[in-house]
Amino acid sequence: MRDKLINLKINGKKYQITVKSNTLLLNLLRELGYTDPKYGCGIGECGACSVLLDGQLTLSCLTLAISCDNKEVITAAGLSEKDQLHPLAQSLIEHAAIQCGFCTPGMIIAGKSLLDKNPNPTEEDVRQYLRGNLCRCTGYAPIVEAVLDQARKSKS
Amino acid sequence: MELKVIGKSVPKYDAWGKARGEVIYADDFSMPGMLYGKVFRASLPRAKILSIDTSKAENLPGVHAVITHKDVPKNNLRARFGQGTEIGAQFEGLYRVLAEGEVRYYGEPIALIAAETSEIAEKACELIEVQYEPLPGVFDPLEAMQPGAPQVGEKENNIASHFKIRKGDVEKGFAQADVIVEGFYQVGYQDHAYLELESGVAWVDDDGTIVIRVSSQVIEHFREVAEVLDLPHSRVRYIGTLIGGGFGGKEDITVESYLALLAWKTRRPVKLTYTRKESLLVHSKRHPYYMYYKTGATKDGKITAVHAKLISDAGSYAALSPWVLLYSTVDAVGPYNVENVKVDAYTVMTNTPITSAFRGFGAPQVNLAYESQMNELAKKLGMNPMELRRKNYLKQGDSLATGYVYDRPVPLDLLAQKAWEALGPKRTSSKPQVKIGRGLAVGMCSYGRLTFLHDTSRSYVRLELDGSALIRCGVPDVGGGQGHILAQIVSEELGVPLNLIKIHVTDSQLTPLAGTTTATRQLYMSGNATLKACRELKQRMFRKAAQMLLTNEEDLEVGEGKVYLKSDPTRYIALVPLINRMSADGDELYVEAQFNAPFSDVPAKEIIEGRTFPDFTFGAYAVEVEVDEETGKVELKRVVAAFDVGRALNPILVEGQIEGGAVQGAGYALMEDMVIKDGIIQTPSLQEYLIPTSLDVPDVESILIESGTGLGPYGAKGIGEPPIVGIAPAILNAIDDAVGVRITSLPVTSEKILMELKASKEGNKAA
Ligand code: FES
Ligand code: FES
Repeated sequence: MRDKLINLKINGKKYQITVKSNTLLLNLLRELGYTDPKYGCGIGECGACSVLLDGQLTLSCLTLAISCDNKEVITAAGLSEKDQLHPLAQSLIEHAAIQCGFCTPGMIIAGKSLLDKNPNPTEEDVRQYLRGNLCRCTGYAPIVEAVLDQARKSKS
Repeated sequence: MELKVIGKSVPKYDAWGKARGEVIYADDFSMPGMLYGKVFRASLPRAKILSIDTSKAENLPGVHAVITHKDVPKNNLRARFGQGTEIGAQFEGLYRVLAEGEVRYYGEPIALIAAETSEIAEKACELIEVQYEPLPGVFDPLEAMQPGAPQVGEKENNIASHFKIRKGDVEKGFAQADVIVEGFYQVGYQDHAYLELESGVAWVDDDGTIVIRVSSQVIEHFREVAEVLDLPHSRVRYIGTLIGGGFGGKEDITVESYLALLAWKTRRPVKLTYTRKESLLVHSKRHPYYMYYKTGATKDGKITAVHAKLISDAGSYAALSPWVLLYSTVDAVGPYNVENVKVDAYTVMTNTPITSAFRGFGAPQVNLAYESQMNELAKKLGMNPMELRRKNYLKQGDSLATGYVYDRPVPLDLLAQKAWEALGPKRTSSKPQVKIGRGLAVGMCSYGRLTFLHDTSRSYVRLELDGSALIRCGVPDVGGGQGHILAQIVSEELGVPLNLIKIHVTDSQLTPLAGTTTATRQLYMSGNATLKACRELKQRMFRKAAQMLLTNEEDLEVGEGKVYLKSDPTRYIALVPLINRMSADGDELYVEAQFNAPFSDVPAKEIIEGRTFPDFTFGAYAVEVEVDEETGKVELKRVVAAFDVGRALNPILVEGQIEGGAVQGAGYALMEDMVIKDGIIQTPSLQEYLIPTSLDVPDVESILIESGTGLGPYGAKGIGEPPIVGIAPAILNAIDDAVGVRITSLPVTSEKILMELKASKEGNKAA
């Protein structure tokens, strides 16, 4: 197992850090205190660990930290400023789309990733895009509606 | 009185932290010098343990402790689930911390490890050597009931509990019947599959108290953990985290005893989080049931008798199986007025994973059976199923199967009609092989714990000098707004704006004990305790305000940060000067209040009679499905749920419970297939055990009826669990409507549909 020094930006902050060749991005993030990406399965089944890696929706539990050299990671917490919630996060609150909240960071990341690609999604588009993000509490409808509503709002 | 905050769909206080990703859930928490725990588990479903050799594991560098049953001060306890009162042997099981002598189920914990890293802990697991003598196991409750079956538990007989209902005379009832239907129904496991796995961190405080920061629905388990360690109860403290989903799966003790033992032994903080695979393999599940039903009715549709036999799989340790069985027994005929009822219910131990609490707690299983029976009966009578139900609904003043006279309105007719009408005109299918069908089912689900448990809750409310307020209430928050709603009550009663109310939940030593977040009881119990505290405080405020405003207390009202005269709202005193005056005069600015549920006696015999629950919530589901006759695929297209919620204190949160429950119930009906073979679960991942995704379910339309007749604050009923009751039989009834086949087991699979279609075609040909 060889260690490697990598450069990486997390939520706007620069890191130079030594990682083992088998360290997963999810574990690295959580060890550094970015605990909003969650461990829900560790094998790509639940979406709770979703982050943006150079803007791409990525499951951090399936991503090796060494592969992130010179890349930028954004987690859900990184989308919201101190006093300014990310609009999609705000929309989730307004639609009561957050119950236990454990799926929420992953949902925010996936929802943002969708809206980045497709600012005018249909309900079907949203349901398709979020299919990898499990939620056991809400039944999905309020989450889907929150994303659609956000899309509508940013258009107007 | 006009309500200002109650009845409003305001976001809950915990939403912002969750939306920012800032909530520190159980596994997000770490401490300096923290070790990582791991559980070493049995690799056979039943075996004698000949020896356990942990020496290699102990010698591995980085390992701080290896614990087996010998190191546990009290390894075997009577499981009383945080309960204070004596409830008798038929409601108690054995809680064994680590396997000793014999392994009862695959994955049973045998040893605990604490190490510097989780990798080392895992490595240490591989170094533990156990010698087994495999024993024949028994994996099915029907087999386990047979004489000579392998003995699973400490009792000679594998039947953990047997409950009966004997109401009227079923022989006579069936003799009066013009038609009789019979059916066998079978349901398998359901896993809670909450997104957050079982997790916690424990440490020993500087005064020698064991502190466990854990995701748990029951912080009163501190008592049992203290007993495991043979310590005074006051030496174990639970700090409950916000819970990443519970649904009953975090009602029993999960990681806490292991954490406490490891922290106690190493004197270091220890973290233990299950893997998903571990959780799916070994944590408690919804009980599989076998159910036989026979229902008789006169030709004009009056039910004359119901006979039911229920057999549930209690798994290898009883856990809450007797209680779940009791719920099923009481709910066995559903919300119908039936004069003659005979129920025999058994929960039977097998060498399989533990089965215990899951949202609905024994109600969904029997609901599936009695609502399937209703449709079969309607078919045989040539009657509209809704009409048949209407003729038999329980009404105010009728008696339940236990003989208890239900003294509140039961608006089921309204609920069923509203749900059905909301489906609108039936669509026509675009493909000839795809048939569209609709189904209805109603249901009942208790809220509040069994009355013989003598349930209580406490809440503390304090006014601050600047006009803000503080609540301390030990209510575990699973995300349904359990904590938040208390703030809404305080805001309503004391006029303090929501954003100035701070609430502390779940610290077993610092917040007044509020009891479990189970049994749909927190709004009912802790809501009432909080309301009681507020009313007392309000009285004190009004007493002072009346003096200051030279009026009488009856003419006062509170709202928007002031106390004002009803007769002349321009005359008021703002909260801040009022509170300061009270403080200066030495008035107490806080109240801790306790609310007691109605109490009854512990059933002394197997026959269950009288009052068993404080109250019930009633609801109806109407659904539309598409069934593809070529592939057997069933798609759920429309779901309407109508519930009498008593009063919706926060409608959007109530709808959230209904939508989430409906989808979890739809998963139970159509997807969730926990395959088990010889005691070993074959589907230990979320790729094998499939739960609904955003693609699998339609929107749920929820209709809230507010009868105002609940026992909760402002007439509210409980709504946490009830929505899981009703949807599964509604789906089965819809499938029957679409393609004319009666599916009698869950989950519904394409294979089952195709098989039944084939059988019915062959039957038609033969006839
Ligand atoms: S933890 Fe990464 S997908 Fe589940
Ligand atoms: S809100 Fe609990 S898993 Fe989505």
